[in-house]
Amino acid sequence: MQAAFFIIAALIVIGGLAAMLVRKLVHAVLWLMVTLASLAALFLLLGAQFVGFAQILVYVGAVAILIVFAILLTRNSEWAKAGRLASPSWLVGVGIAGLATGCLIASILASSIPPGVPVPPAASVADIGQKLMTEYVLPLEAVGLLLTAAMIGAVIIAMPEDKRG
Amino acid sequence: MTFMAMITCLPHMLLLANPDEWLVRLKQTIVHWLPGPWQFVISSLITIAVLIAVFGALFAVATLIERKGLGRIQNRPGPNRVGPYGVLQPMADAVKMLIKEDVVPRAADRVVHFLAPLVLVAPVMLAFSVIPYGQGLVPINLDAGVLFFFAVGAASELAVFMAGWSGHNKYSLLGAMRAIAQMISYEIPLVLSTVTVVMMVGSLSLVQIVAAQGGYWWGVIPRWNIFAPWGLAGFVVFMIAAIAESNRSPFDLPEGESEIIAGFLTEYSGFKYAVFFMGEYFGMFAISGLAITLFLGGWHAPLPYLGWVPSFLWFFGKLFIFLFVFIWLRGTLPRLRMDQLMNYAWKCLLPLALINIGVAVIWRFTAGWPGPLRWLVCALLIVLAFVWLEKTWMKSRELKPRTYHYAS
Amino acid sequence: MIPLKAYLVLSALLFGIGLAGALSRRNAIMVLIGIELMLNAANLNFIAFWRFHPGTEPLAGVMFVLFSIAIAAGEAAVGLALIIAIYRHYKTTNLDRMDSLKG
Repeated sequence: MQAAFFIIAALIVIGGLAAMLVRKLVHAVLWLMVTLASLAALFLLLGAQFVGFAQILVYVGAVAILIVFAILLTRNSEWAKAGRLASPSWLVGVGIAGLATGCLIASILASSIPPGVPVPPAASVADIGQKLMTEYVLPLEAVGLLLTAAMIGAVIIAMPEDKRG
Repeated sequence: MTFMAMITCLPHMLLLANPDEWLVRLKQTIVHWLPGPWQFVISSLITIAVLIAVFGALFAVATLIERKGLGRIQNRPGPNRVGPYGVLQPMADAVKMLIKEDVVPRAADRVVHFLAPLVLVAPVMLAFSVIPYGQGLVPINLDAGVLFFFAVGAASELAVFMAGWSGHNKYSLLGAMRAIAQMISYEIPLVLSTVTVVMMVGSLSLVQIVAAQGGYWWGVIPRWNIFAPWGLAGFVVFMIAAIAESNRSPFDLPEGESEIIAGFLTEYSGFKYAVFFMGEYFGMFAISGLAITLFLGGWHAPLPYLGWVPSFLWFFGKLFIFLFVFIWLRGTLPRLRMDQLMNYAWKCLLPLALINIGVAVIWRFTAGWPGPLRWLVCALLIVLAFVWLEKTWMKSRELKPRTYHYAS
Repeated sequence: MIPLKAYLVLSALLFGIGLAGALSRRNAIMVLIGIELMLNAANLNFIAFWRFHPGTEPLAGVMFVLFSIAIAAGEAAVGLALIIAIYRHYKTTNLDRMDSLKG
């Protein structure tokens, strides 16, 4: 368990760092997928099976392909040419991020949060389904509406202007 | 259990018990000897080894059957030089693939080019791990087996993109874009036709889906999902989408040799090409296995008095029938055009799958009706709704000479 | 056993990486990738707290992550559509060059 956690954690951090640092956008997407797939593995390790599979299905199956298509449709962004990767104010950005992370980690380490229960809570697919159809049915409908709106919106935004009518 | 005890009880197991059980028990006996912490590891390794061996052998057999079958369909003998009737042809093919030069284009992205075949094959092998091959013969009985299957299947799209992009060849990239567009479009009817089965069984576990299809109506007709109207329509949608997902003819546009010189496979040769080839066959086996599990009763026997035949033989028998149908279709149907392919997925399969879900709900709430009437009403509902929808909403433009948009 | 704090620290690191990337990369698609990383860090927090402190509502953490994943998918679709539309106008995805509102 311990070894598994450290391997997965290393993969997550390395994948995230590489995704933010590499020059080629497609490589960044592939590193992002390493991070997100490792995160799914971590969810499985924590006992959230359904969430782990959903994570792989949505991110590796859909979001990766979306980003890749966007990269190919904006062709000259694919190769970051000799120019700089980061914007001129990158030092400020990294500084803010470092400060935020430092604050977060310091407060996590300083907090006196109890260790919590040792056994993972049961989350069978049947339970999740029951809850989704009873208690969480309103959020579920809202998400359905949101996704429909996002889909229509994305199609209209990305449509060439002369075809919009 | 000691070694002697095992030896003495082995023939007993072979003769008396159900053959499915002795396969499981054989593994349990082997694992039982080992010290505690190793049991889980060795048990998993045995399962993995068996899966790889069985499907590797099946891959070899499938290539041979395909080449022989296509030869017969096209009125030629097919491979017949290596071994009697050419049965050793897969070995010769494997040796040829292994000793071929592995060409990597100079402009290629070497790492991605190398990883793409692995990313294609590994998830498909994972997908094998949730399919129940026989009574008690399931590598992992996952609570969310169907979801797992589709989740690992989603990785193949990324692999296809990696293969197409890494070669730095426009035909590869075009082939990959075509393949991804096709796989995403056909994944929706594929999942929606699965949803009907999941709804009716009330479980995402493939083992439970098979268990729900046990038994017989009036003692003769097996209770497989395909014999219900929603199951039949779902099966048709599922199979069409499955053929498209596995990039087989008539949906083999991404690899169309005559148009885009084998698409994303253009820049692959030698062993990497062989791995891609294997991945595609494995994908075909996996999706056929899922179709068998969802609609054709998994490992259940088709007739009640055939129950003594080992259940995994039924599963693999059905798999061979699927294989035959795949080859038959490849030998007889011409390739679709890209716009036909897309229209077919979005304007024909998707509405049919959605109607099917609605009818499945009606089927569910008419459980008290007499069987034949319920069957007829539901089947009519599917057909009428589909015909009406296609006639009124999805009316295709009237036939006219083809116009070329990009070539003039 | 790995304590809860380890997961929280990992999540904070992931969040920091995503934030740094989103604030400092020039390419709009990279900014979107950074935002995805931050969203996923939040998801990891939800799952970690659900695992160690389920509380009275045992499935709330899992539910939250499921909805969050769905919304992240919608966000990616709309964000990328915007990037493509902007690319048509400016022929670039470089955020520093999208400065037509600058005085």
